[in-house]
Amino acid sequence: MTAATPSVPMPRRRRRRFSSDHWGPILLLLPSALLILVFVYGFIGYTGWLSMSNWNDLVVNPLKFVGLDNYMHLFRDQRFQIDMQNTLTFSVIFIPGCLVLGLIGALLLHTGLPTEGFWRTVFLLPMALSFIVTGVLWRWLMNPSSGLNLLFDALHLPFLKNGWYTDPNIGIKAVALAALWQYSGYTMAMYLAGLRAIPGDVYEAAQVDGATASQIFWRITLPLLTPVSLSAVIILGHLSLKIFDLVIAMAGPQGGPAFSSDVPANYMFNTVYQANKFANGAGIAMILLICVSFLVIPYLSWSLRQEARA
Amino acid sequence: MKKAAVLAIAVIAAGIGTAAIGQSTGKLEIFSWWTTGGEAAGLLKDYGIFKAANPSVEIINAAVSGGAGSNAKAVLKTRMLGGDPPDSFQVHMGHELIDTWVKSGFMENLDDVYKSENWEKVFPKGVLDLLKYQGHYYSVPSNIHRSNMMFFNTKVFSDNGLNVPKTYAQFFDVAKKLQAKGITPLALGDNGIWASVNLFETVLMGTLGPKAYIGLWDGKTDWNGAGVKKALTTFSQMLGYVNTDHAARSWDQANDLVIQGKAAMTVMGDWVDADNLAKKFKDSGWAPAPGNTGIYSALSDSFGIPKKAPHLDQAKTWVKLIGSRQGQEAFNPVKGSICARTDCDPKLFGPYLQWATKQWKTNTVVPSLAHGAAASESWLSSISDAMSLFVTRRDVASTQSALVQDAQDALK
Repeated sequence: MTAATPSVPMPRRRRRRFSSDHWGPILLLLPSALLILVFVYGFIGYTGWLSMSNWNDLVVNPLKFVGLDNYMHLFRDQRFQIDMQNTLTFSVIFIPGCLVLGLIGALLLHTGLPTEGFWRTVFLLPMALSFIVTGVLWRWLMNPSSGLNLLFDALHLPFLKNGWYTDPNIGIKAVALAALWQYSGYTMAMYLAGLRAIPGDVYEAAQVDGATASQIFWRITLPLLTPVSLSAVIILGHLSLKIFDLVIAMAGPQGGPAFSSDVPANYMFNTVYQANKFANGAGIAMILLICVSFLVIPYLSWSLRQEARA
Repeated sequence: MKKAAVLAIAVIAAGIGTAAIGQSTGKLEIFSWWTTGGEAAGLLKDYGIFKAANPSVEIINAAVSGGAGSNAKAVLKTRMLGGDPPDSFQVHMGHELIDTWVKSGFMENLDDVYKSENWEKVFPKGVLDLLKYQGHYYSVPSNIHRSNMMFFNTKVFSDNGLNVPKTYAQFFDVAKKLQAKGITPLALGDNGIWASVNLFETVLMGTLGPKAYIGLWDGKTDWNGAGVKKALTTFSQMLGYVNTDHAARSWDQANDLVIQGKAAMTVMGDWVDADNLAKKFKDSGWAPAPGNTGIYSALSDSFGIPKKAPHLDQAKTWVKLIGSRQGQEAFNPVKGSICARTDCDPKLFGPYLQWATKQWKTNTVVPSLAHGAAASESWLSSISDAMSLFVTRRDVASTQSALVQDAQDALK
């Protein structure tokens, strides 16, 4: 880490010799390190190997290496193509939606409402639910013959009535709305914490310099919230790639008509446990892992650089 | 540190020891997806008979609910592959049993039970053929359901002066008239896609006839032929007459439309009868699905024993009960299915089941696709995927080529 700040001469660290008081921390870390090595990285490796094997029946003897056959099969597969598109649609609605709604909510609360604590709880509460509960709730709300459609009828807004998740043209978008409902409160809490952390004298200085409210927002508030936004994108991003339970609860195990709400995780479950195609399922898992790492690795390197700077 | 490790090992060893002792006392673990309604009640009746005869044995009811059995099957696969099988588990007779569990070598051979109980005499040949793999038996059928049935609202038909359709031409004629009067002709609830697969299999049977339909599953009938194309076209036309919210409903919620008189008919398995009885629906009528007269599309919940079953003796006693007349007469009237045996007392059953028992003896028996009898789980899974797209897009040509590809993958 000395490379980042070459101008400041740092005392060269001497390689410390192993002494008896090092054994304690090492012993304490060893079990969890071993467990993570085996049960996380070992199993990722095993899944990677399975995804290139011929294990596409309950029992296959002998297990053979088939290269990228399973991946080729997946990319040609219509259902998988639909699933990847759905994941993209879901992310495009869910991530920016949560960020914008969360930021607006946080800014409103930050202005110092007397009942702030109450509203904070109201917006955060949906996050306490599991996705299964949210899914069941929204399945009823968005059922074409009940819930929201009845409300629109009562409000004389019949043009808003639609088939929601049962309409193949809407599908995953309806699921994304439910996810948005659940997680925008969470991003709001993150932004609120971020706003609280911005020192007041920065604003005072800006006001002394005669900055307008919009200048303060765009030039000071938003840039200082970048770390919060990035963390939020990582959390929301990996949620949207791995979404599974919400889809099952809302649109059913097949992901709705013509797979309009289907997602890769759901397809993986069907592939492994219904079709007994373990290698194809492992392939889907690996593709999901690669997608998530595209998100996580840049974030990790960014946050490491931040730490180094600090 | 050392002392702690020794202690930990001792504790673990003691745990293993007690577990081993625990297993030697009488236990019986039965795995199924029967958790509600008539099927759970039927299962409990058989448990009652078992307990009366074997009071020292403790029954562990390992039932997993949800997803028409798909959740239970996922749990079962994990347990079986992990070397922790139950003593006996529910499995659909036919290819689901054979392709998934028998060919992979997981099942105990039950030839001795069939012999000692003289079952080759009491189960019909069509059932024995579906159960057998290379001349051996691996599971015991508890019941027979029929998947190609049509249940309808007699009042809707009489009020509108219509006759119950027997052929596809009659069906479309009636459907047009019903639609003109604002009544949904055909109720469908395919939020689980198997309901659409169920409807499609009746169209395949009705269009191809029983012999060519059976040929689809062993490669004797060409999936690329005119018959399958005609079936897809007919199916597509039928989908033009279903309720618009079919993707939001389950099969029983679709049947509610028939009960309320909002829809006239529903094509489904005969578990609709149990649903109608439970909901005290008086105007219920039934007939084979259009074009399916004389064809009995059968499925059966059977019980097999895994090779590594911890309590083999108790498990054998259990499957003997499942196949016995006493067991089937207790189970089936509650479950709403007919006996797999031919010697059950018809007086125990309601009017539909008595009718079905007669049909069972005279009709041609074919295996149901949607319920695991006709094709392996992976084949059924890929056909279900094709149907999921077809129900929305109704693209006959691309669906047929997908079905041809699925058949090639499955039969190679």
